Amino acid sequence: MSSGVEITRPEGAIPLAQKYSGLSEEEVKKRIIAYNPPADSRFPNQNQTKNCFQNYVDFQRCVRLRGEDYKPCQFFERNYKFLCPTGWIEKWDEQLENNTFPVKL
Amino acid sequence: MMSWGQLGFQDAGSYFMEEFIYFHDFTMMIILGVLSYVVVFLILGLISGWVDSGFVEGQLIEFMWTIFPALILIQIAFPSLLLLYLIEDFSKSFLVCKVIGHQWYWSYEIKTESSELLASVDCYMLPREDAFGMRLLLTDEFLMLPINVPVRILVTSDDVIHSWTLPSLGIKGDAVPGRLNQLNLTLNRKAMFYGQCSEICGANHSFMPIMLMGVYSWEFFAWLDRL
Repeated sequence: MSSGVEITRPEGAIPLAQKYSGLSEEEVKKRIIAYNPPADSRFPNQNQTKNCFQNYVDFQRCVRLRGEDYKPCQFFERNYKFLCPTGWIEKWDEQLENNTFPVKL
Repeated sequence: MMSWGQLGFQDAGSYFMEEFIYFHDFTMMIILGVLSYVVVFLILGLISGWVDSGFVEGQLIEFMWTIFPALILIQIAFPSLLLLYLIEDFSKSFLVCKVIGHQWYWSYEIKTESSELLASVDCYMLPREDAFGMRLLLTDEFLMLPINVPVRILVTSDDVIHSWTLPSLGIKGDAVPGRLNQLNLTLNRKAMFYGQCSEICGANHSFMPIMLMGVYSWEFFAWLDRL
């Protein structure tokens, strides 16, 4: 079961899903839904609002500090996209564009 | 779904609900035992006509009727707390599904690894004439989830407070605007599960049911492809 852990493969190896389906890496990724943001001990209870928001803020800060191409930032991006409802993400993206986001990044 | 005149639980659709039913049956046995004991002694005491004017204390009996109930309660507490913490274990989930309550319908979102929104389903109640006799339960679209796969459900709302309930699965989570409530779900069989909104949310609160279908994993992926 996927738990957000990055798997390191030997050079030249391709994931099984890609190898047996004949699809490209991008196509395979479009079909993978089995990702569960790993358990965060800062948010152990039923209320996961802060978990979603914190991952969004961490991603924005990571990207501003290290640039868009920095791969470890994708961990936060994946987490917030899986946890947060689409409506919330759109609202926060709009706030960022309008410079009205409530957190100082 | 419930039948007319049904008194007990519906057949369990998830592993947690099976455990809840076992716990309920266990506690009910204890309750009936205590009730019978109390009723018998109450009736005997009322009909006997005996009065003991010198009876002012009894150390042994008072000790016994304190200790035995305490032991019974401890016996009930162990499985109760075990279940309580078991249902809060979210580390083993495989799939994330977001449930969003609106006035007056439910929508479901499933995301992919590449962060595209793979599935977003809006479920409106079917009117009475289209409901095959199952009024207030059927929806035009429904959520499909794979069986025997732990699913992490995140419930929220777009407007007012709703509550996402599926009694046969033993789950209920309030959909509060601005809050994400996490529920754990593992379906144990292929079936259709029904529920209804459980928090007053306006004029059509009674008319926003929940329909969930448990299917094999490959059928689930085929459904996602079709959406």
